[in-house]
Amino acid sequence: MENRYTWRHKDLLDVVQLSLDDVEHLLNTAQQFYEINARPVKKVPTLKGRSVVLLFIEASTRTKTSFDMAGKRLSADTFALAKSGSSMQKGETLKDTALTLQAMNPDVIVIRHSSSGAAQFLAQRLNCAVVNAGDGWHAHPTQALLDAFTLRQRWENRFAGKKALILGDIAHSRVARSNVHLLAKLGVRVRLCAPRTLLPRGVEDWPAEVYTDIDAAVRDMDAVMCLRLQLERQQAGLLPSLAEYSARYCLTRRHMESAAPGALILHPGPMNRGLEIASDIADSPESVVLDQVSSGVAVRMAVLFLHATRNEA
Amino acid sequence: MTHSLCLKNALYLGKPMDVHVRAGRIEKFVSAGSAEISSDVPVHDAAGAILFPSFIDAHVHLREPGYEYKEDIRSGLEAAAYGGFGAVMPMANTKPVNDNAAVTRLMLDKAARHWPNGPRIFPVGAATVGLEGAELAPMAELAAAGCVAISNDGKGVSSAEMFRRCMEYAANYGLIVIDHCEDATLAKGAHMNEGKTSTALGIKGQSVVAEAAQVARDILLAEYLGIPVHIAHVSCAQSVELLAWAKSRGVPVTAETCPHYLLLDDTALMGYEPNAKVNPPLRTPKDVAAVRAAVKSGVIDMLVTDHAPHAAHEKEVPLDEAPNGISGLDTAVTLTYALIREGALDEADGIRLWCEAPARTFKLPRNGFEAGDPADFFLFDPQIVWTPGPQTMHSKSANTPFLGRELRGRVCAHWIGGVRVA
Repeated sequence: MENRYTWRHKDLLDVVQLSLDDVEHLLNTAQQFYEINARPVKKVPTLKGRSVVLLFIEASTRTKTSFDMAGKRLSADTFALAKSGSSMQKGETLKDTALTLQAMNPDVIVIRHSSSGAAQFLAQRLNCAVVNAGDGWHAHPTQALLDAFTLRQRWENRFAGKKALILGDIAHSRVARSNVHLLAKLGVRVRLCAPRTLLPRGVEDWPAEVYTDIDAAVRDMDAVMCLRLQLERQQAGLLPSLAEYSARYCLTRRHMESAAPGALILHPGPMNRGLEIASDIADSPESVVLDQVSSGVAVRMAVLFLHATRNEA
Repeated sequence: MTHSLCLKNALYLGKPMDVHVRAGRIEKFVSAGSAEISSDVPVHDAAGAILFPSFIDAHVHLREPGYEYKEDIRSGLEAAAYGGFGAVMPMANTKPVNDNAAVTRLMLDKAARHWPNGPRIFPVGAATVGLEGAELAPMAELAAAGCVAISNDGKGVSSAEMFRRCMEYAANYGLIVIDHCEDATLAKGAHMNEGKTSTALGIKGQSVVAEAAQVARDILLAEYLGIPVHIAHVSCAQSVELLAWAKSRGVPVTAETCPHYLLLDDTALMGYEPNAKVNPPLRTPKDVAAVRAAVKSGVIDMLVTDHAPHAAHEKEVPLDEAPNGISGLDTAVTLTYALIREGALDEADGIRLWCEAPARTFKLPRNGFEAGDPADFFLFDPQIVWTPGPQTMHSKSANTPFLGRELRGRVCAHWIGGVRVA
């Protein structure tokens, strides 16, 4: 079965495009790289001679570093581009930047952009593989995959019947969107919890139950994923104050007491300690925040590997 | 004899007719073959093509002066001529804004130079200076120069007090204010309709309330002041309900919508399709049904294109960077006929919505095929199959959600004042 499987996707734009077989294959591939990452010598020659462009138009340190490390551990050459210092700052359009990069013939372009749909925009115009490292509020597929990888390790590969809560700014979160779809696909029962101003219109059509009361939402959960609250949401008038938000929606030990025993705590980072997650539980044994970071490198190695070698059966 | 002809064997509302034109005006409009054709005029055999009076488009953006790379008056009127429009009303959001007589005259001069026999243009003057919403534009000057209505199109007048004064002052000169209804606070930063599709795409949406709240404001002002107001591009069910209520009370309000609001919903933006990005945005199937019913019943008085050309490079960007607008003059009659084919409208509705209502509302000449009417009419061949695109469209810009889609039927000949223009 494993041998007959082939990765069919040119690009990774969203988890919605992936079948369960795709997800399983990707996570199994990541598992192999995860083990490599535990060795003293972490570099393998798998992608030697391949090039990976990291086109990060929106600021990001963690995701960019994670992709960079993933590429380097596979011996790919990685090239990082940010908006400042590139021609985009001089008014070059995304189309022209992309075509220019393509002319240099990379194998994979990893893009982070503040516009929803930017990764798809590139994918439609380029022959090389495009990996979405986060586009606007739309999707962050590698984050969802690394979260699934982290949960899978702790849950010993059993997702069915598990219950997970995603807590925080759902409306403006690509992490929430991608996680809802991927977890639901894996058989996890998903709950969402946020104040009404941070829930998107039409959320009732998502494969998730929606709560505004954290106490009710957290009950019996096997995992709770806190989202980062962007401080500008308060300035935009969506919240009266950060103090009121944290009083009502900050995940604390008291909440975790009503969750299932041993419930896991996730956060995509960077954390606002004391705002969306209490500092003590962020550092507790149930917290898998740092596992997520390690998983991230392995999952991104798998993503780069599968996309860079897709045409070599 | 110039400006004279006989068009024979044209199907008008299902009946074969002959149109006798003399000196640019309708002389006789009779059953095919029932009147002798004088030997001194050229004869055109319509061969059973469908006859319509030239349409009037009360809402276009011709982009000149200032944005000639998107469209200019020559190319915009070419699209009008080949699209079946004998008259268009260009909006004021040019650069500089049409808020003074010099800009109005420039528009009229360009039109007369490039298309001396029509299509005719009837400019719409700005409601406020620079469309900024702060000071009244010199409406008397604009009217004297040739503006036939006043509008803030492109930008809502957010101050209700300012909008009231615009209505009152415009009424002084017999000008109707055409309001682009959009609450700037509710629509801030939005790129499409707010709903399931915007949430799935992760794109900020605007609620129907952004439009409907301002429609309600305008209706209340029109009733209170006893001054007519015209609501631009109605897109949603809530606005339709408010208009129906207003009309039942006898409030002097008229309204328009566009073919795209009758044919497309917000799922047209799936895949981040920038050519389906328009303001007000495409809504939901429920809204499409409500707007269709309103057009049929007369709650919405007329159709317009809201022709809003944008250059290809401006639209070939991520959705949230793309400008709003659809290039509509080339496709409007074809799309209207698609609605007729579906049974949503009939040919008489087409004439009412595209000719009678705009002429009545804005006091423009029209062809009712009565003796003495301007000989403005076009033929439509429902069998022509064509695909909108830069090669087939006359507008400089092919930004339409129907780009590359095979359509059936197209205008095949057009006379204005008895002169063949297309």
